[in-house]
Amino acid sequence: MFLLIKNAKLANGQLVDVRIAGEHIQEVGISLIANEEEIIDIEGNYLLPGLVDMHTHLREPGREDSETVLTGSKAAVAGGYTAVSAMANTNPVADTAGVVEKILRLGHETGLCDVFPIGAVTQGQQGLQLAELGAMASSVAQVRIFSDDGHCVDDPLIMRRALEYVKTFDGIIAQHAQDPRLTVGAQMNEGVVSSLLGLTGWPAIAEEAIIARDILLAEHVGSRLHICHLTTAGGVELVRWAKSRGVKVTAEVTPHHLLLTDESVYGYDPIYKVNPPLRTAADVLALRQGLADGTIDVVATDHAPHPTEDKECEWQAAAFGMIGLETSLAIVAKTMIETGLMSWVDLVDRMSIAPAKISRYSEHGQEIAVGSKANLVVVNPHEIWEVDRQMMSSKSKNTPFHGMSFSAKVKYTIFNGKIVLNNGTVAGAKHA
Amino acid sequence: MTSSHLLSINDLTAVQAQNILATAEELRKITDGPNKKLPTLRGRTVVNLFFEDSTRTRISFESAAKRLSADVINFSAKGSSVSKGESLKDTAQTLQAMGADAVVIRHGASGAAARLADSGWISASVINAGDGTHEHPTQALLDAFTIWKHSGRDVADLTGLKIAIVGDILHSRVARSNVLLLSKLGASVTVVAPPTLLPVGIEAWPVTTSLHFDEVIADMDVVMMLRIQQERMSDSFFPSSREYSRWYGLSNARLEAMKSQAIVMHPGPMNRGLEITAEGADSARSVIVEQVSNGVLVRMAVLYSLLGGVPLTAGTEG
Repeated sequence: MFLLIKNAKLANGQLVDVRIAGEHIQEVGISLIANEEEIIDIEGNYLLPGLVDMHTHLREPGREDSETVLTGSKAAVAGGYTAVSAMANTNPVADTAGVVEKILRLGHETGLCDVFPIGAVTQGQQGLQLAELGAMASSVAQVRIFSDDGHCVDDPLIMRRALEYVKTFDGIIAQHAQDPRLTVGAQMNEGVVSSLLGLTGWPAIAEEAIIARDILLAEHVGSRLHICHLTTAGGVELVRWAKSRGVKVTAEVTPHHLLLTDESVYGYDPIYKVNPPLRTAADVLALRQGLADGTIDVVATDHAPHPTEDKECEWQAAAFGMIGLETSLAIVAKTMIETGLMSWVDLVDRMSIAPAKISRYSEHGQEIAVGSKANLVVVNPHEIWEVDRQMMSSKSKNTPFHGMSFSAKVKYTIFNGKIVLNNGTVAGAKHA
Repeated sequence: MTSSHLLSINDLTAVQAQNILATAEELRKITDGPNKKLPTLRGRTVVNLFFEDSTRTRISFESAAKRLSADVINFSAKGSSVSKGESLKDTAQTLQAMGADAVVIRHGASGAAARLADSGWISASVINAGDGTHEHPTQALLDAFTIWKHSGRDVADLTGLKIAIVGDILHSRVARSNVLLLSKLGASVTVVAPPTLLPVGIEAWPVTTSLHFDEVIADMDVVMMLRIQQERMSDSFFPSSREYSRWYGLSNARLEAMKSQAIVMHPGPMNRGLEITAEGADSARSVIVEQVSNGVLVRMAVLYSLLGGVPLTAGTEG
């Protein structure tokens, strides 16, 4: 397949044409002459490396009522992603080579984007005994990220062993930092709002205590540590301090934690119930600052689909989580670029280059240059659009952004040279 | 009221709260005679939807509704959706189909009343009869009514009164509603508790906090004791019931230290010997039994305000 993208603006502002041949970029230049190929004139919109998500819940196998690899892949390409990392908390848990290979195969069969499975750190995510990390790493899926997401690896000895063990294959442990004892029954951020609403608090310290411990462990054993969904100002400070000491720590922030605060919980609508919880305005500002200065390396969605009935109930009974793949770029543009904190070059780094590098996804997050894999996204930075939960590609509708307007819109997504999102419409899957 | 629901004291302005209390006083006068029953809500249906056991509160609402001639349905929905029973939504729609005009809900989850009212599942008026550790607004109204009646004032303006609320503030819906209402009516509220039972974030509440009951008791016009749950002890909120009692219980010595006209309140049910001594509960200062009878009057006033064809309260809107 041949494709010529005309009038593309790169993140640095340069205007170019880009010719794609097969799965790769063949030519980048000015006023390229069309041959027989398909031409898309993007009229000065941004052409960026395809986005890479380090934290996606695709729910298959086990909870196909909320999402599947197919519907999750559709949501991914609708949001401009060419690679997603499927979290391990499926049923069965992705803690063996067999399960991760199955998820990889489902992704290949869908063929809309790369679906890289994350392996569980411990068997059944129980936190007691290491899963067969080596078997998952050396499987066809070549797992490099390991996480018990949803469950913190709270036992310091298990965490130490996991950090050490994955060095063999250049793996990384992605920690969901939550001290379980400090968050028994926790429902929302602990502070003024929780005190008034009478909801059990999830204190910032419960996140920060684990981050601090894990930074020290990672430093001690010289391993790679990734902090999932950082939410607190104190956590940002800890990561900043660790980086200044040369600890191999990376961190992610979610779009919802960059935009929403715990004030959203007034009214008790469980659409705002998420773990870790929405924090205060001061935390949001610290997260934005941390992302801008590079303390926080990546934006990850923590896309967490849930069926309607799991949110259409009282707060305490509702499931934690919100979907995010289809709104993430727009939110990062709104909170980081439109505020002047970051440039489009920075956005590409935090949403594509850095996550690909940390995850060792060699065919993603590449420069738009001859020879690179054609994993690309086209963004119109000035198209006002309103989020409509009924129009989501995800199987689930649990977005807290319904009705909100944004000005950055994903127009095209190109995966391995193929158009998988065409002027806002998701292409048919290979085996839909 | 600004809505057709009573979910939180925040739904009321001071004037609206005073109007409810004045209505309760009117109702007291009217129903003091041999005929306790008014025809006001004839043909209307009030459902008591109780997901938690609370015989006292249910009976109070039931007699309030019956004295106004409403039909009363008691719906004891054991096993909320938390334990994977019928969902709140399905229960709500069942009540809607039965033609409920008002739903009085008691639920173990904070915010359950707000969910019932705001989710479009039901068109009935929703009255929060206690939601988790959030609020219990009619309890606060009956407490304010009781305090007002003992103040001897003409209108329910509590300016200048000093009120201590003592005990498990963290988990108490009674405390949350009372703090909001009593401060709204002008009183100075002090909450007294061990630090473990004060919520993080209390600095934003309109109260003074004290860790030492003995330092504040002599200054108080009202001392409101909260029920302490025995299970808090096993969760290390305090070491033992004896130690709690020594520091925060209303002992006979503390009873003696109170101002001569000061009153003792308790929302019930009491743990005699734990947060309050038998002498405290039964003393001349105790207005605990009055609270119960005032509860019926105040709940009548709330039902009347929400459902009454003729708006009794100034500023009532749809």
